[in-house]
Amino acid sequence: MTTTQNRVAIVSGVSRRGFLGTMFSAGALVLSAPLLSTEAFGAGTVDSAAFHPSVYLGIEPDGTVIIVTHRSEMGTGIRTALPSVAADELDAMWSRVKIQQAIGDKKYGNQNTDGSCSIRDFYEAFREAGATARYMLEQAAAKQWGVDASECRARNHEVVHAKSGRKLDYGPAAVLAAKEKTPPAKNLLRYKTPQEYRYIGKDVPIVDIEGITTGRAVFGMDEHRPGMVFASIERSPVVGGTLKALDDKDARAVKGVQDVVTIDAAKPPYGFQALGGVAVIADNTWAAMQGRKKLKVQWTPGEHAIFTSDTAKKAMFETVHGPQKVVRNIGNVDSEFGKDGKTFEADYYVPMLSHVSMEPPVAVAEFRNGKVECWCPTQNPQAVQDTVAQAVGIKPEDVTCNVSLLGGGFGRKSKPDYVAEAAILSKKLSKPVKVVWSREDDIHWDYFQAGGAMYMKAALNGKGAPSAWLQRSAYPPIFYLFDPSVRQASLELGLGWVDLPFALANHRAENGPVEPHVRYGWLRSVTNIANAFATCSFTDELAHQAGRDPIEYYLELLGPDRQINFKKEGTENSNYGRSEEDFPLDTARYRRVVQLVAEKSGWANRKPAKGRAWGFAAHRSFLTYVAAVVEVEVDDTGRVRIPRVDYAIDAGRVINPDRVKNQFEGAAVFGTSIAMMGEVTAVDGRIQQSNFHNYPVARINEAPVITNVHIVPSEALPAGAGEPGVPPIAPAICNAIFAATGKRVRELPIKKTKLV
Amino acid sequence: MIDVKVNGSQRQFDGDPDMPLLWYLRDLLQYTGTKFGCGMGLCGSCTVHLNGAATRSCVTSMKDVAGKEVVTIEGLSANGDHPLQKAWRQFNVPQCGYCQAGQIMQAAALLKEHPKPTDHDIDEVMQGNICRCGTYQRIRAAIKTAAGVKA
Repeated sequence: MTTTQNRVAIVSGVSRRGFLGTMFSAGALVLSAPLLSTEAFGAGTVDSAAFHPSVYLGIEPDGTVIIVTHRSEMGTGIRTALPSVAADELDAMWSRVKIQQAIGDKKYGNQNTDGSCSIRDFYEAFREAGATARYMLEQAAAKQWGVDASECRARNHEVVHAKSGRKLDYGPAAVLAAKEKTPPAKNLLRYKTPQEYRYIGKDVPIVDIEGITTGRAVFGMDEHRPGMVFASIERSPVVGGTLKALDDKDARAVKGVQDVVTIDAAKPPYGFQALGGVAVIADNTWAAMQGRKKLKVQWTPGEHAIFTSDTAKKAMFETVHGPQKVVRNIGNVDSEFGKDGKTFEADYYVPMLSHVSMEPPVAVAEFRNGKVECWCPTQNPQAVQDTVAQAVGIKPEDVTCNVSLLGGGFGRKSKPDYVAEAAILSKKLSKPVKVVWSREDDIHWDYFQAGGAMYMKAALNGKGAPSAWLQRSAYPPIFYLFDPSVRQASLELGLGWVDLPFALANHRAENGPVEPHVRYGWLRSVTNIANAFATCSFTDELAHQAGRDPIEYYLELLGPDRQINFKKEGTENSNYGRSEEDFPLDTARYRRVVQLVAEKSGWANRKPAKGRAWGFAAHRSFLTYVAAVVEVEVDDTGRVRIPRVDYAIDAGRVINPDRVKNQFEGAAVFGTSIAMMGEVTAVDGRIQQSNFHNYPVARINEAPVITNVHIVPSEALPAGAGEPGVPPIAPAICNAIFAATGKRVRELPIKKTKLV
Repeated sequence: MIDVKVNGSQRQFDGDPDMPLLWYLRDLLQYTGTKFGCGMGLCGSCTVHLNGAATRSCVTSMKDVAGKEVVTIEGLSANGDHPLQKAWRQFNVPQCGYCQAGQIMQAAALLKEHPKPTDHDIDEVMQGNICRCGTYQRIRAAIKTAAGVKA
């Protein structure tokens, strides 16, 4: 890639502003994004290309197509999938496409790679980028040849004039196109028909496969700067604690230790701030960790030392056993419950969970001349800019955030507290600093997925169908992170709580307040984990109460095919930030995935044997409809084996089926970890887990052996893929365990229940 | 002074003899393909070959590698064409990819011991390597394919 400076002259001939003004669809944040000066771009971004009709796409004179991926790669394949969309509309040869990871910059629109929305939010923008470039190449070649542009077609990396047989490679065509100042009006763009797609809907291999399999791929942990020092940080064992006394004599005596530096304690709201603590600075990671062990530190623990998770759990159940804030109401459940008929009720509990991405938080930062450059595995590079700027007292635009590959993210790496730590230390030391979190740090100071208590009650008619359905939940609110006065959940309620798809004449959902005591964040699929566990388990329980097949019972609860209009109903449903018009909750799509999973799993012909059975759960999240059937075997010792999982999913249009399948295969494993073994507890504000021995996750011998992913063919708007596979797994496993053993597990993780 | 051979090159180390091999490889030699995941030998991300045997480099100190030969993912094959690396590509195994070097190194040791591994062999040997993304199904398929056994 040529340097920025070399290309500026060519670039200046092109009106970026003009192109941007017409290129993006309404709603794309890029429309209002301010354009920065050329100097602000990191070397090697697309803006240095000879021809760049989009912030996401440029073409070099040699025909190399540069596609910028502004979303972070943490394993979803997004670095491959979004560029493949632009390359497809451009009809570029994939071998001549070069992928560049964007730095943090508002001009790219939202870069927070979270919420399973990269494809759904940027599919159109990347299609337009490709289609615009293709249009302009055709126009430029036609002008050069003095022919009508309608006779020219750009395909497979060259513009072809069929009548004369003339051809022009995308390289020279791009040089011509770069001289054209007029951007195409949007209505001039011609999009491919699905039949013409060469990458969309195909299994394009991930672009990082060579690097990953040879050890050359660069993750955040692998970043290295000349003159860099290494830091390991001791933090208050209780969130919000402050440093009382420090003796660092022994730490400083450790070979390789250069310095001991304190970072001020964060004050609420904790947000993404550096927590504060005592940093040991050394020649290498090991020396820093060894020095840290020798610190003698005393902390004043602060207000959250009262947090003990067992006590908090009891308080949450007290809350859900009494009336709480009504968040959805249809008919009148109370009058049904007052009728003296049969009722059924159950309590469910999900504990706190930790992310434990294989790469713990890590960042390199260099403070120089009032500016910061950082290299980090982040899901949220613009938040890095804002957080680092605030931490060291500079402007966000003076923070350059280089985004490495992420060794997993799962929501943890949207919160750049660890990058702020590196920046603060670099400013204090006037050197590049690498902050490395140990696994113990990662678990102890995680932004935990909140656990929750759920109480469910139904009144049952003569056929065992619910004539009334009451659901009450309590979980510590995520927004506490940004406003210490918050006690009540908000966004959590749209994650599978109020958006139950059932046709119920009397239905009430409630939610109660909880006192928060740690930094709560969001873990892959977030509150859908707790919400799906309660609602999908309870549905299965009701089916068994009625003596009915769980899937038949479920389909009856779904009722007639319809689109649920929450607005009209008076229910606030965030619908993942998308309108009900674009993404209505469509029970026909629910029904289709349920029927498909029943068919593909052989549900009707299943033959339960001793200790062997199947469980079912369905849950829409991130606008994707998912149904799962899980087969379990429970042996005489109570050990659970999962030979097979079948998923049926409707995620709208799928860009890269192999990556979507991979996400769901992984979600089945992730869901298994949650179901079987995941639990974070606290005593006196101190987290009790520390590493994989006491916070285990599923290993190869514990994971589902085979996961089949059945994708409903769809041309509907693309929805999420990274997260929606997680929520149905825990309830499906528990439902299967009930069918196999008669034991109903209502509290996760399952390992706490003796199954035989 | 500790003599150690890394990926075919003879090296000398005069630092803390208790330093784990992992940090010598990563911080001093910049062989960063070998990953830090837990520091306790619990996750397998740091797996290398020590005299041919799969070893957790995060709990193997430099004094214990004196006179021995270390091979990391960077040295597994000349051109990244070990049968396992090829199979990994064929099945598009990785998601985030962070644990995969450790997985491949562990699997390479597995195949030396069990050239035709059964599912049981794979479970036994590979259970020390965690993949949080959950690519186990494809890891299993890739190992079997590299070994030429029926997936």
